[in-house]
Amino acid sequence: MKEVTVTFIEPDGNEVVATGEEGTNLMELAHENDVDLEGACEGACACSTCHVILEEKIYDDLPEPTDEENDMLDLAFGLTDTSRLGCQVLLTPEMEGMRIKLPSATRNFYVDGAKPAHH
Amino acid sequence: MSFARALRCRALRSSPEHPINTHYVPAILPNTYSISMTNRPTVRSFTSASSVLFKQSNLAVVGGGAAGFYTAARILAKTTEVNIDIYEKLPTPYGLVRYGVAPDHPEVKNCMGKFDEVAADPRVRLLANVSVGNINGSPVVHGRVSLDLLRKNYDAVVLAYGASRDRKLGIPGEDGQKDRVGVVSAQRFVAWYNGDPGAQDLNVDLESYDRVVIVGHGNVALDCARILLTDPDVLATTDITSSALRVLRKSRIRHVEMVGRRGPLQVAFTTKELREMTKIPDLRIICDSDLVAKQCTSKEGSKYLETSRPLKRMMDLLLKHAVSDLHPAEESAQKTFTLRFLMSPLEMLFEQPKGDDLVAPQVMRFGVNRLEGSPESARAVATGEIAEIPCAMALRSIGYASTPLEGAPFDFKRHIVPNIAGRVVDDKNELVQGLYVAGWLKRGPVGVIATTMQDAYRTADAIVMDLASGNIGQENGTSRSIIDRALSDAGVDKFCVTNRDWKRLENYEFDAGRKLGKPREKVTNVEKMLDIIRNKIH
Repeated sequence: MKEVTVTFIEPDGNEVVATGEEGTNLMELAHENDVDLEGACEGACACSTCHVILEEKIYDDLPEPTDEENDMLDLAFGLTDTSRLGCQVLLTPEMEGMRIKLPSATRNFYVDGAKPAHH
Repeated sequence: MSFARALRCRALRSSPEHPINTHYVPAILPNTYSISMTNRPTVRSFTSASSVLFKQSNLAVVGGGAAGFYTAARILAKTTEVNIDIYEKLPTPYGLVRYGVAPDHPEVKNCMGKFDEVAADPRVRLLANVSVGNINGSPVVHGRVSLDLLRKNYDAVVLAYGASRDRKLGIPGEDGQKDRVGVVSAQRFVAWYNGDPGAQDLNVDLESYDRVVIVGHGNVALDCARILLTDPDVLATTDITSSALRVLRKSRIRHVEMVGRRGPLQVAFTTKELREMTKIPDLRIICDSDLVAKQCTSKEGSKYLETSRPLKRMMDLLLKHAVSDLHPAEESAQKTFTLRFLMSPLEMLFEQPKGDDLVAPQVMRFGVNRLEGSPESARAVATGEIAEIPCAMALRSIGYASTPLEGAPFDFKRHIVPNIAGRVVDDKNELVQGLYVAGWLKRGPVGVIATTMQDAYRTADAIVMDLASGNIGQENGTSRSIIDRALSDAGVDKFCVTNRDWKRLENYEFDAGRKLGKPREKVTNVEKMLDIIRNKIH
């Protein structure tokens, strides 16, 4: 198994460089490296809390997300065109040097009483 | 932590013999002072952005559900010198994760793993079987403390007791008649099949006819529909209670009609739950596809869908799987799930012609609506037309509501505790010092667990900030021994179920479940729970 090194960018801009074996999912990799990424359903594709934003080039080369993953992404905060669930994306050698952004979840919540457009 | 405050702490720590100026360090206890001075010579938190260090504070959380546990989790991650007591009225923690999340959604319950970690943290105590304020419950088995007592003995109190009441339709016949059940609360129905001790006496009717009406277009309504239409053999492998399963095995329900007063673009359920309906074997999904297509392709509708990817995907899914109509012969041959739009309940009727075996015990009458206004704020306006659906039972699922707690402000219009970013405010919009709110009680009963998690984190951040800046805290300090004395004086200690007690009960449930080939078999009676905890039942 090949080791792959990527960089997580936390909402406050803090960068964490993490190395993991090919095939590790991004949520596990984040947790092993104390990256501030949630994982409420523990990687079962049943919540949206491990939402990550990938580089377009990497996103385009990945297999399409499943319907189930898209259903969860629909509930994610700050969804972008290159959003994925960290638990559903496995490290590949092509990802070497990839930069992974964590969305700023607070963005939608600081205004009290604001609710997501469609929960 | 404010920079000025950090400087003050640093100055104190660099010269421990320096006399404390209580003006600068309010609400600091002599014993906590000595702990933080002598046992913590390093000021590592000042070098770490993610945690802060201050005097040992004691917090109480009212409600042991997702909001309470996520609030606690965040505070524990951000601070070291804090004790948190979590009060829960039932002997079992985790609230709606245990009693609300559907039994066939075990993956959603994985968040209990994180809650377990919180409960096992040495800084945390679970005080279950203790209700706060005037919550109903038998005083013989429950302990009860007032919010006032908590506010006097803790540095801060977080209200996270959720939304325990459901909204009624307010129509004639809603409460049933003799042996007719009328309109049953979907919230209670969910609590019933999930084993909530408070809902085990629920009167359901799944036998006198083959159809159930559900009023409401949210995920709770869809959960109920799915449970009613799923093969009981499939449910038998989940943590649904055996008693609920027995009733569902005898169920004659083959048709569920889910009714909403507005249109397809206004539904509140999410795609995952709708997709699950499409995966139930031998179930036909029926809806007025012409209406759906028309709403989606209208000028305003298509513009609205462009701004909402979730809704667009959901409408595509609905149009792909739903049929507009079924031949009556075809309908009677299989199970159906009908999504009905533009209908408002008017009353429940109970006339019953005799003779036939399958005559509906009750008929729900609706007024037919049309929509006015743009899709995002469409209003239902009555057309004067009437529609009727015969049914064994109707369920209402039109929203939850929180109830007020004695001693805390309450907004009776929005049914929440008024707050600014989690800090409770009174009716003059002034901050109530040391009182916070999280979860459904803070923002209203909407959203999934992830929504509650984010929201609880914001409340926790506010608390951490206020603790660090010295804005809150008991004037004369507080400690676990002071708190324990107050609880013992209130007669609560003997009722208290601890985390260890709860784990004993949970292991009992795991063992019972193992014998039945399911993840757990929940104990559904408070007295039995307490007997197991007190080691009277093995």
